[in-house]
Amino acid sequence: MTNGYSSPAEAAMRMVVWGLVLLLLVLHQDIWFWNDGTLVFGFMPIALFFHACISIAASVTWFMATKFCWPTGVDDALAPTPPAGEKGGAA
Amino acid sequence: MIQLIIIACYLGLLLLLGMMASRFFSGSKADYQLASHSIGPFLLLMSVFGTTMTAFALVGSSGEAFKEGVGVYGMLASSSGIIHSLCFFLIGIKMWDLGRRNGYSTQIQFFRDRLDSDKLGLLLFPILVGLVIPYLLIGVLSSGTVIQVITSGAPGQPETGALPYFTGTNGGLPRQIGSLVVCGVVLCYVFFGGMRGTAWANAFQTIVFMVLGVVTFSVIASKLGGQEGLLDNLRVLGEKIPESKATRSEMSQSKFLTYLLVPLSVGMFPHLFQHWLTAKSAKSFRLSVVAHPIFIMIVWVPCVLIGVWAASGIVRLPPPIAANPNSVLIFLVKSQTTAVLGGFLTAGVLAAIMSSLDSQFLCLGTMFSTDIVSHYAGKDRYDDRTQVFITRAFIIGIVAITYGLSLFEPRSVFTLGIWCFSGFSALFPLVFAAIYWRGLTKAGAYACVLTAIGVWVYLFRESGYGANGSYTVDLPLGGVTYETMPVATMVLASTVALVVVSLVTPKPKAETLAKFFPTT
Repeated sequence: MTNGYSSPAEAAMRMVVWGLVLLLLVLHQDIWFWNDGTLVFGFMPIALFFHACISIAASVTWFMATKFCWPTGVDDALAPTPPAGEKGGAA
Repeated sequence: MIQLIIIACYLGLLLLLGMMASRFFSGSKADYQLASHSIGPFLLLMSVFGTTMTAFALVGSSGEAFKEGVGVYGMLASSSGIIHSLCFFLIGIKMWDLGRRNGYSTQIQFFRDRLDSDKLGLLLFPILVGLVIPYLLIGVLSSGTVIQVITSGAPGQPETGALPYFTGTNGGLPRQIGSLVVCGVVLCYVFFGGMRGTAWANAFQTIVFMVLGVVTFSVIASKLGGQEGLLDNLRVLGEKIPESKATRSEMSQSKFLTYLLVPLSVGMFPHLFQHWLTAKSAKSFRLSVVAHPIFIMIVWVPCVLIGVWAASGIVRLPPPIAANPNSVLIFLVKSQTTAVLGGFLTAGVLAAIMSSLDSQFLCLGTMFSTDIVSHYAGKDRYDDRTQVFITRAFIIGIVAITYGLSLFEPRSVFTLGIWCFSGFSALFPLVFAAIYWRGLTKAGAYACVLTAIGVWVYLFRESGYGANGSYTVDLPLGGVTYETMPVATMVLASTVALVVVSLVTPKPKAETLAKFFPTT
């Protein structure tokens, strides 16, 4: 991907974001809760709660990705509009 | 009968939406297939999310949680939150950009161009169509099952069902007829509305199934819990979840790990590729990338909880329901809510199913008219009107084939989904390498595709063509046997084939690389 990062700080943030994605993948294999039937808030099995938290953390991570890792060049132009007169008349 | 009337009204509303979308149809092929690249962030989020959440997410997740417990969420939902957005970010945006620059409307156009190979398109076409058909089957089978269960009467009492004439289904509308009606409705709004109608219908249906999903959850919790407040109900129900379903004690850790590869499939879904191309700008992707994991959570957590509650014995499930996990959710909707609410909630489940079917139908028609007809007959051979006609005709053919296949003995929605997604995941290395690796060669691409499909067919056969729902590839290592999902073997094999063959075969032409890697 053609990312043009203008400063070391942005490059560092890029590393942080991809590090977080990797961390999420590692945390996803939560062997520590494998046989734990504890109910969080009295109703939600902890394995389900933990993975719901992973979903929320994924959203936050991807928000950071759109801020700090957005590919350059793709925002330059909008999608092309069909050439004038391009109509087939099908209904 | 009330449920049947509500379902009929809902289907009628969708037809109306398709007709309204057709009023905006310019008549051009680009408009029919890609909505003239006019879709903004909100519609893109809703249509992409609606497309990825199918019967598999609602009917399949609750059924599988009923069988396997809460681990189902980690296996497919939280992993999808990470991997789907990763695919949107790394593959989707790049594909949109390449499509915008080179005028693609299908994946095959991109691969033909990127690898300088006409024949690769011929190889990929039947494979992609063949893999989408099981995905379609999931929707067609589930929609019929849902309608049959919700309209049937008490066991042995067809007179209490919506249509007492059908004694074999206890007065319920037979699955085959329900599936046919749903196919017909989706076909109509895709037929007239094209991609714009599909995107509108998807957005509408995504809102419907998310809102009604939350309503279903609270109503079922309230009825089963029997307490005053929602939290009290949830606590009562939570305490009754069997230990085996609240933990993953019966689940293999290696199998759980290899499930992570299943969501890679979205990188190769042809219908998602087409949705990506509808985006108005790259910025339109931002909302989809960020909100997708949260949306998955909103849909999956309630479904999984309902599934494990059903396994607690708090509800007496008739043997036919217990034996068919696909019908657990809809049975609870029917038995724990009023007829009116049950009708609306069923409409919500059907919404989730149809919001995937429509994109898949349209995508297959687009692939046929673009990658086969226009490609071989010449771009200017047929005018747009004829090409739209060809797209529509192929869609009708595919619907007929899928419906025909759905009449045979149904497989588990979950099992069918996993095999279908695994096949697409096995092709993921191809799209990733095509975008990011200059060293990918034509021969490497062929090796990847042939290996992926060869291993898929072999393992699918080994599983008894999906009959063995818990089939794994077992790896003995250091005296321990590790269970792995077939997808791990497929992805590993296709990746090795792609890399090894690419390294030893002639490199792509310099002008091709310059077109796809312009900055280096």
